[in-house]
Amino acid sequence: MMRNIVIGVLAVALIGTGMWGFREQEEKNTVMMQSENNYQRAFHDLTYQIDLLHDEIGATLAMNSKERLSPSLADVWRITSEAQNELGQLPLGLMPFTKTEEFLYKVGNFSYRHAIRDLDQDPLTEENYDDLKQLYSQAGEIQKELRKVQSMVLRENLRWTDVELDLAAQDEPLNNAVVNGFHIIDEKVGGFSEVNFDNETNKVTGNDEDIEKNIKNEDQINENEAIDKAREFLNQDSLGDVQITETGKGLAYEAYSLVISDGEHGTNITMDITKKGGHPVWMLNEREVQQEKISLNEASEKAEDFLERNGYDNMQLVESKQYENIGVFQFVKLDDDVRIYTDEIVVDVALDEGDIAGFESFAYLANNKQDRETELEISKEEAQERLNPNLNVKEHHVAVIENQLEEEVLCHEFYGTIDNDTYRIFINAKNGREEQVEKLDNPEPVYQ
Amino acid sequence: MNGKYFRLFRQFTILMTLICVSILIVPDDAEAFTQQVIQKGATGDDVVELQARMQYNGYYDGPIDGVFGWQTYWSVREFQEQFGLEVDGLVGEDMKDMLVRATEYDKEFVHRMLREGREFTHYGGVDKHIQKGPKGSRDGAGRTGGPERDRKEQAPPEQPRAEEPAREPAAEPAPEPERPAEEEVPAPAEEEPAPQDDEPNIQKAMNVPDGFSDNDIRIMAQAVYGEARGEPYEGQVAVAAVILNRINSPIFPNTVSDVIFEPRAFTAVADGQIWMDPDEEARKAVLDAINGQDPSGNALYYFNPQTATSGWIWSRPQIKQIGKHIFCE
Repeated sequence: MMRNIVIGVLAVALIGTGMWGFREQEEKNTVMMQSENNYQRAFHDLTYQIDLLHDEIGATLAMNSKERLSPSLADVWRITSEAQNELGQLPLGLMPFTKTEEFLYKVGNFSYRHAIRDLDQDPLTEENYDDLKQLYSQAGEIQKELRKVQSMVLRENLRWTDVELDLAAQDEPLNNAVVNGFHIIDEKVGGFSEVNFDNETNKVTGNDEDIEKNIKNEDQINENEAIDKAREFLNQDSLGDVQITETGKGLAYEAYSLVISDGEHGTNITMDITKKGGHPVWMLNEREVQQEKISLNEASEKAEDFLERNGYDNMQLVESKQYENIGVFQFVKLDDDVRIYTDEIVVDVALDEGDIAGFESFAYLANNKQDRETELEISKEEAQERLNPNLNVKEHHVAVIENQLEEEVLCHEFYGTIDNDTYRIFINAKNGREEQVEKLDNPEPVYQ
Repeated sequence: MNGKYFRLFRQFTILMTLICVSILIVPDDAEAFTQQVIQKGATGDDVVELQARMQYNGYYDGPIDGVFGWQTYWSVREFQEQFGLEVDGLVGEDMKDMLVRATEYDKEFVHRMLREGREFTHYGGVDKHIQKGPKGSRDGAGRTGGPERDRKEQAPPEQPRAEEPAREPAAEPAPEPERPAEEEVPAPAEEEPAPQDDEPNIQKAMNVPDGFSDNDIRIMAQAVYGEARGEPYEGQVAVAAVILNRINSPIFPNTVSDVIFEPRAFTAVADGQIWMDPDEEARKAVLDAINGQDPSGNALYYFNPQTATSGWIWSRPQIKQIGKHIFCE
């Protein structure tokens, strides 16, 4: 009797567990299937976009009329960004597929530049056509390989979730058909001869190389000099021990990284100083900032004093913002009353004690140079005529900015309003081109 | 005898009047600005007061939100130009004095509206009666833009913008600077603010870096918190900087969420730690990174050497180690 009850209870429990397990399993499968389908969509879409890309580049080669060429190049540009987008959704993560992504970026860049240029005045040259031809055949290669992988995935019913698991397990060497296929593609792309892309700087790296270029002829400093430099730079009484390390070879310029203890707050100040020339690159004070005591205006004066004391002459404050208890100030160099936006330094000031909470001069170090051309060929009035007539001009400066082609250009800078929005517009001071138009952000309402 | 008493009485009356007047004036002063020079980008109560006062006399028709943004900036400049102050967009002693003398500021009302997150405006002298009364009486000031008003109802057809913030055309023609000599208040006193359709505005705002919304910052702060909480502050800024470096890099997606949610890019995303509530420090780190800080030295990857098993990641050129993370190119 008792035994039967126990058996009965156990049987019910067993069935219950079984049913629960079954449902869990089902749910898990549904979720897995959903993410699998997402991956599959991204993958098949990617191959489709590469197909399209190949065809569209091919079509541009055969085109003669300028009216068709621009839209077609714009289409190439659109397709590359679609393909990049799909690629970003595949679970490749750290897997090196970077060369292919870089290739897409370059094709996109190339087609965009030629799509926006005035083909009537400045038609595509022989060289451009050669480049296009080369891109056409390279896109063809990628298409072919990708099609191979695709047909294998379809034929053998390969699942992207398995790829993900394999990659996560990180067995070396990895043996997964899909991954191998992608490896092959990437290696191929890596072997492509560089398309010259109009001698334009194919900058796919950051500004650390520019910094290296800019400071390479300066004298090297040693660790002790770096520490002295840091103390002088910070100019605080309460500085304690310093730990100093060197940056690795991943950074184009060599630098010392310093961690300086701040006795007063029991926290650390960290900064990098270049070995060549001993320039502070960035500085951060990690202490917690208390209730604000000084105004943004006072803080901006402190930031100015700080820059002056450290030998950054002729810096003009162009933008200030208060984030709760921290003031952030953007300074640019002023050359003969011309704002050099490329030479930018950002200084953070803590609004409780008014000390410098942060400093960065990446752009300044990368771009700063002497003897910039500041001769205007187009007067302010001429430039103003080229503005949108609806714009109500409020302020004018002369400025140097880096345009979309990453060249420094001398511009007339206009601030103006249309209705309640403020715009900043740069008109090239040589040829009158509208180089850049920005809508400046209004404060953001709190959505709650 | 009688005359003497009468004189005494008269003196007494005058004295009392003076006392009364000074009592009346005192609260005004108490509510006036603090000492600071207010400049663009500032936030806080002084900015609220500035916007409210500027709106009172019709120079500012944007939202009173406590952030000295572009719209406030242009209003300040217009005001300075109008009254012969130095046009620099900085609100200094002179301008504050002028505003305090010429306008009313119903602090209690404005702050209550802000606290309650209501839409409101603070235009001065709303109907004739009040305009003729002793300089915008208290309860009139500001009460106009009733919070319960509805946006559509207001959509003003003749909304005058920016340039001439609609000064009452009929009653008092424009800013004729020489009228009542009673006070040595300069022109602003005469600004007869229009009964202007008070456009309701969503209140309370904050500064955000150009090109990023507060929600973007929040998502990034969550990612930083999930990935690097417990790391030194510098290391958190570096993680945020890596996210931004990836956005700018051609081999990664181009938006905040695309980069963060790229499959297998961040472990905190994969295991759901990104959905924890970030702390203030993470948010500050993100703001620092957006404003240009990059302790990672332009890194695109980082890994924890204790847990990373991928051989590939070790092959990347390293930049530096911060806390537990090694940052590499």
